[in-house]
Amino acid sequence: MEFETVIGLEVHVELLTKSKVFCSCSTEFGGEVNTHCCPVCLGMPGVLPVLNKKAVEYAIKAALALNCEIPEFSKFDRKNYFYPDLPKAYQISQYDLPLGRNGYIEIEVGGKTKRIGINRIHLEEDAGKLVHEEGKPYSLVDLNRTGVPLIEIVSEPDIRTPEEAWLYLNKLKTILQYIEVSDCKMEEGSLRCDTNISIRPKGSDKFGTKVELKNLGSFRAVRRSLEYEEKRQREVLASGGVVVQETRRWDEARGITIPLRSKEEAHDYRYFPDPDLVPVVIDREWVERVKAELPELPDARKKRYMEEYGLPNYDAGVITASKALADFFEKCVSAYHDPKTVSNWVMSEMLGILNETGKEVEDIPFTPEQFVKMLKMIDDGTISGKIAKEVFRDMFDTGKDPEAIVKEKGLTQISDEGELEKIARKVIEANPKSVEDYKKGKEKALGFLVGQVMKETRGKANPQLVNKILKELLS
Amino acid sequence: MKINIETVEHVANLARLYLSEEEKAEMANTLSSILDYMDKLNELDTTDVPPTAHIIPLKNVFREDVVKESLPREEVLKNAPEKERGFFKVPRIIED
Amino acid sequence: MDLNRLTIHEAHELLSKREISSVELTKAVLHRIEEVEEKVRAYLTVDEDRAIEMSKKVDEEGDFSSPLSGIPVAIKDNICTRDLKTTCASRILANFVPPYDATVSERLKAKKAVIIGKTNMDEFAMGSSTENSAFFATRNPWDVDRVPGGSSGGSAAAVAADECIYALGSDTGGSIRQPASYCGVVGLKPTYGRVSRYGLVAYASSLDQIGPLTKDVTDCALVLNAIAGWDERDSTSANLPVPDFTKSLVEDVKGMKMGLPKEYLGEGVEPEVKEAILSAARVFEKLGASVEEISLPHTEYALWAYYIIAPAEASSNLARYDGIRYGVRAKDYEDLLDLYKKTRSEGFGREVKRRIMLGTYALSSGYYDAYYLKAMKVRTLVKADFDRAFEKYDLIIAPTAPTPAFKLGEKTGDPLKMYMSDVCTIPVNMAGLPAISIPCGFSGGLPIGLQIIGKPFDEATVLRAAYTFERATDFNSRKPAL
Repeated sequence: MEFETVIGLEVHVELLTKSKVFCSCSTEFGGEVNTHCCPVCLGMPGVLPVLNKKAVEYAIKAALALNCEIPEFSKFDRKNYFYPDLPKAYQISQYDLPLGRNGYIEIEVGGKTKRIGINRIHLEEDAGKLVHEEGKPYSLVDLNRTGVPLIEIVSEPDIRTPEEAWLYLNKLKTILQYIEVSDCKMEEGSLRCDTNISIRPKGSDKFGTKVELKNLGSFRAVRRSLEYEEKRQREVLASGGVVVQETRRWDEARGITIPLRSKEEAHDYRYFPDPDLVPVVIDREWVERVKAELPELPDARKKRYMEEYGLPNYDAGVITASKALADFFEKCVSAYHDPKTVSNWVMSEMLGILNETGKEVEDIPFTPEQFVKMLKMIDDGTISGKIAKEVFRDMFDTGKDPEAIVKEKGLTQISDEGELEKIARKVIEANPKSVEDYKKGKEKALGFLVGQVMKETRGKANPQLVNKILKELLS
Repeated sequence: MKINIETVEHVANLARLYLSEEEKAEMANTLSSILDYMDKLNELDTTDVPPTAHIIPLKNVFREDVVKESLPREEVLKNAPEKERGFFKVPRIIED
Repeated sequence: MDLNRLTIHEAHELLSKREISSVELTKAVLHRIEEVEEKVRAYLTVDEDRAIEMSKKVDEEGDFSSPLSGIPVAIKDNICTRDLKTTCASRILANFVPPYDATVSERLKAKKAVIIGKTNMDEFAMGSSTENSAFFATRNPWDVDRVPGGSSGGSAAAVAADECIYALGSDTGGSIRQPASYCGVVGLKPTYGRVSRYGLVAYASSLDQIGPLTKDVTDCALVLNAIAGWDERDSTSANLPVPDFTKSLVEDVKGMKMGLPKEYLGEGVEPEVKEAILSAARVFEKLGASVEEISLPHTEYALWAYYIIAPAEASSNLARYDGIRYGVRAKDYEDLLDLYKKTRSEGFGREVKRRIMLGTYALSSGYYDAYYLKAMKVRTLVKADFDRAFEKYDLIIAPTAPTPAFKLGEKTGDPLKMYMSDVCTIPVNMAGLPAISIPCGFSGGLPIGLQIIGKPFDEATVLRAAYTFERATDFNSRKPAL
């Protein structure tokens, strides 16, 4: 029998508000333990929540960027459960009337665009942090994170492969970074992902038994765990077994999923409308205002890069996947005539060096203007393309102006025909064998001689000119 | 509506309460008779009646996104039964 | 002169003229507490030192421009007071000292009130007799074998026994009005949203409201002036202008239309109570108001819907008492689950557990629609009853409670019987309306309360009628003989 995989994703994203969602404590990451707390987020007796307007706006913004409908009427509910990281023993969340519904994200799989549905987006509060120290008979509770605004984004079960899940996550992250509602740092917990996966016979309209996966610390872990789980479930089914409905934990080191100790008690969250918070009514005017504030989103930007700048699909996709990179690119293009050249440099040199050094676009120490200056120095023959790569590296390391680097290091291209001719004669004299080969018709020998001139000038010679001079001398 | 001991035990667990056998029996009885009265509500046809969650019709009550001073940590922890190095302390939780 | 017997306005006048000092007044109250507290047991905490200190400060500053300045107040122990123990009469919060003030505490302090102490109550405000306090029962100053009512029984008894000049209570289903009625004092539950709930330890958030318990209607207006008004920390507080309620203190009900709902005078209402209410109606008529019988058909349903909504909200509101961040933690426990269960089982009294159980059940999977949703719909019908009545009438008058104060222990074995004693007050909370209870008669030496219910945010008219009644009668002048 042929099987089909069905994957769903639940992504939690912390919003970049300055203060918490229901109180005025700071949301700053990494504060001293239990110092970003007040009676409200500590769940002390008698305190009340008041909703942060910015958090609502960010949630609406995210919902719009993910093509959701924004219902006019939305409310907050209490999700009741006991846990030490949840001071009130209920989480303020949204149950039946979330801020956003029925959206989608488009991903590109195998050259085709695929739409992944988003069931809902809702606003809620984050829980605190538990610390379990090795060998200690106790756990410790830090409530700084308690009450940081979160949006939960729930996909429809439209994802069919681990790769699609990975693409979906990347696209989601890109969009949220574009609209600047979250920094989406998985390592700081500002983006977290739970997945569920099931297998069914191809063509079936019923879902197979769902397994939920937890402890996914990176997008790579999401993908690998789904790959592992897909294979495991298919094997179970192929051998006539049944998949057990359970939650499994991804063991990154061993590359496998392990069942969690099954909880004897099924969850019963006893949702009900929070009497302490009044409904949020989002009129169409408000939606339009937020919509107007949305920046150009990655898909639109990519399309524009292809149409306006003639970039290939792949290059346009790579550059627009990072807002910072695309912004850099665009500033360059506005000051430089040939987008393709900029794109080539960005794709090879810039991404290369970022990858090599593990740095982010934000860390680039020079400005787009300085970069364009460097490109123009190639065009006007001040430096060769080869030297330019050296200058580029120097700019990246030091943040210095390209002109200063060229001057300091004496990298100006030699385009003085007299001087080059002198060197060319010396090279011809020193390489009679190559000269002979060239005269016999071996074109390659000329390349060798050009290389020798370049070597003599430590790369500074204008290669086109050297070519021309050598040809004249040898004819 | 008759509430049996198993239901009482299930609900007590949800509410994180231990009940003695005597309390369980008493709860089962009291809850049953209270819920019998509740059944009176079913005399009313409320099919088209909207629920009232808030008695005064307020909407869109917000605060601005402004950070204010948090509580000093001594105050945060002052009432805590057990604490250590600035944390609240609880019995070891076997993660997962 | 027994200064502790003064009303706020009387004390204020003497303080303003420097005929007495705040220290003298405070000491008189403390002395009275020493004298009768053994019998009444109204207080959980008497904050003697700080009260004296505060009164000294007020005297030194000499600024008596605020009508509450230098005057001792007792606060129900479910209203947070910074650095002063706030226990809700529960073992689980026996040692809780809030690092913050409730908005009302803050507002009273800003008016230079002298906080004398914290009053006893039914644990977490769940009860109608103050017998559910984890620490001890408060007695009714009119008959110490009887309950003071509840849950604000300590506040009502303290006012009645002149152990304070006035008090604050909270009212979720009658918890200010019913004890005011039992103790022969004035108690007002403002419109839901009129007074900030910030710092009021929540029992049922959609019903709770803080209000004054005072010796007369004038004092009630003065206290309401001080505590009412929008609060940015309470999303459910109304951002509406607050009138000066002392302007309502006029003797005039001419032309006022009052409804007397027949459902409030039916079975279960004692004949003496009924008689007192009917004669109160005659008083109003004599003063130029009209009183007509009306019907609020969903009255009885309101009671049962309340006993779903309030416990459901309570089950969630009280989940935070887990012995982790504050409160009393059980001593021996095996693991986290055991810690939760032991702490909560040892920390909560039986009535609290009963309501947590009831509420948890009503919200649990599969029952939400049948109970909670149904109750919220019934709430809509209850509100509609009142809306309809208020299209025609300015006020509704009714008994506050079907009987005068009952004996201690009389109803403790029968929770349902206890619940029924709130039947006259609960619908008002369900509809979020303002209502006052004022003395309107006696039965066997026990006070009877008249309840005057107003339109939303129309406390002014309620106070005007109450004031007019008070001036026209002398029920208010009697004091219990302790």
